[in-house]
Amino acid sequence: MDLDKETVASVAKLCRIEIQEQDLTPMAQELSNILSWIEQLREVDVSSCEPLSSVVEAELKMRDDTVMDGDLAEDVVGNAPDSTNNYFLVPKVIE
Amino acid sequence: MGAKNSLAGLTVVEIRDGLRNGDFTVGELVDDHIHAAERAKNLNGYITETPDLAKDMASKSDDKISRQELGSLEGVPVAVKDLFCTKGIRTTAASKILDNFVPTYESRVTENLWGAGAVLMGKANMDEFAMGSSNITSAYGPAINPWKRESDGDDLAPGGSSGGSAALVSAGVVPVAIGTDTGGSIRQPAAFCGVVGVKPTYGRCSRWGTIAFASSLDQAGPITRSVHDAAIVLEAMSGHDRRDTTSVDRPVPQFEKFLSQSIKGLKVGIPKEYLSDSLPTEINKLWGDGGQWFKESGAELVDISLPHTKYALPSYYIVAPAEASSNLARYDGVKYGMRVSDKSLEQQYSKTRGSGFGPEVKRRIMIGTYVLSAGYYDAYYIHAQKVRRLILEDFNSAFKKVDIILTPTTPNESFGLRDKLDDPVAMYLNDIFTVPASMAGLPAISVPCGLSGTGLPLGLQLIGPAFEESRLFQFGEKLERAAEFSKQPSSYVG
Repeated sequence: MDLDKETVASVAKLCRIEIQEQDLTPMAQELSNILSWIEQLREVDVSSCEPLSSVVEAELKMRDDTVMDGDLAEDVVGNAPDSTNNYFLVPKVIE
Repeated sequence: MGAKNSLAGLTVVEIRDGLRNGDFTVGELVDDHIHAAERAKNLNGYITETPDLAKDMASKSDDKISRQELGSLEGVPVAVKDLFCTKGIRTTAASKILDNFVPTYESRVTENLWGAGAVLMGKANMDEFAMGSSNITSAYGPAINPWKRESDGDDLAPGGSSGGSAALVSAGVVPVAIGTDTGGSIRQPAAFCGVVGVKPTYGRCSRWGTIAFASSLDQAGPITRSVHDAAIVLEAMSGHDRRDTTSVDRPVPQFEKFLSQSIKGLKVGIPKEYLSDSLPTEINKLWGDGGQWFKESGAELVDISLPHTKYALPSYYIVAPAEASSNLARYDGVKYGMRVSDKSLEQQYSKTRGSGFGPEVKRRIMIGTYVLSAGYYDAYYIHAQKVRRLILEDFNSAFKKVDIILTPTTPNESFGLRDKLDDPVAMYLNDIFTVPASMAGLPAISVPCGLSGTGLPLGLQLIGPAFEESRLFQFGEKLERAAEFSKQPSSYVG
């Protein structure tokens, strides 16, 4: 599986990671190497099996619909790079 | 070099006995461990040390002891991988992006430890976001393996991702360190550093408050210098937590009780797929020795087949990055962590993440995003989840025939910190023997069993059926006893 530079740029955009133009080609090469190695999975016949998403065969439990904690706004924003009045602050997004 | 009469170097069992007999106080014990950490600075095992808090916790512990209130880990100094949120104590995941993060809550596993009387000594170094097998991806520089080759003095990798945890225990800086294991991150560093490491069954320990890497695989576990100590610590860490719906509500056995149980007549599976032409002769030989030791204890060896073993690692490298790409989406420079400011929010996200994450973390987020993206989801992600079921079914069939499975922990000994930098896939192959049990959610232990020709520790791995950690301790104790592994690393400070 060979990824080109453009695909890498579009994946980087999807996951919001800035990658410098000169780093796109080496990264394409690295990711292609990893994906080529992963390609061996194609040999496996999986036609008769269901995907496994959880190894724990536990039933989800019901619990009382009650408040466990709350009134923690200051804790919630405590680590924010920028906040005011318990709101997270970000650059203006609507002109 | 160890200091004369230092209490650092004692095991959990020895600390328990010593405190009960009044041989020393927790205050003295903790002071000696603080000094041991000073002697081991060059190992870079801690990201953050907490000596003042440790002294404070020690004094409370001594008060409890004077009232005869001893928890199961009373006074035991513990290092905690810097992936567990600790209230009021910086928690970085060894990433620049969380350099200034101070949690306002405590993880369930650490809460359980403090409840049992343990004392926090510091937050251990690790690979960034637990992604790595050598510690070189830490934003704070790698922890260093206390062991050296006999032939040269090169700095070697402690393994990863819980490399700081394993190095600290191996060097005698702490008797116990807590790690996490997603694909081998407790067992591989334990093997590289000559100590015991346990990955419990998925669901045994709560993941609440542990910074997530791959949620369907992550499990916390202990790293210790003996199988007995691991049994005591795992019992204290375990238990149901309603804040983690994947934590399982079933009783936690008294693991210690199983250490002395006989293995006579029990069956040990030897999976043929773990043998390859590239496996070093000395590791193959040690594996054979392990089987022989079990035979001498009265167990029977049974050849088994786990046909999908070779597909565990490549399917892991779809599932784990996919989950990581989703989990790490939260680091956006808005809610916590670092921010690279920009007048456009979009640009701010990209710049923050582009500069906050290291190369391996970026690589895995990129792979994860790619395999989950439109058009590739079925071909990669669903396909890998189906292979994952086949891996689980292999183990289910095997455990109809055997009680436990014996394999090497790693396909090689530790390597130089400068090796393997260029090829991610070569690094991933370190986990080839540990990943299958992770994909199946099964409990596994690594026990140090011998030295390589260059004088470095080698471990053997035992894999048990789900929720049968008891068997790991029952068989692990026999392995430990027969192997008589007692050599200490050159950087031992206990």
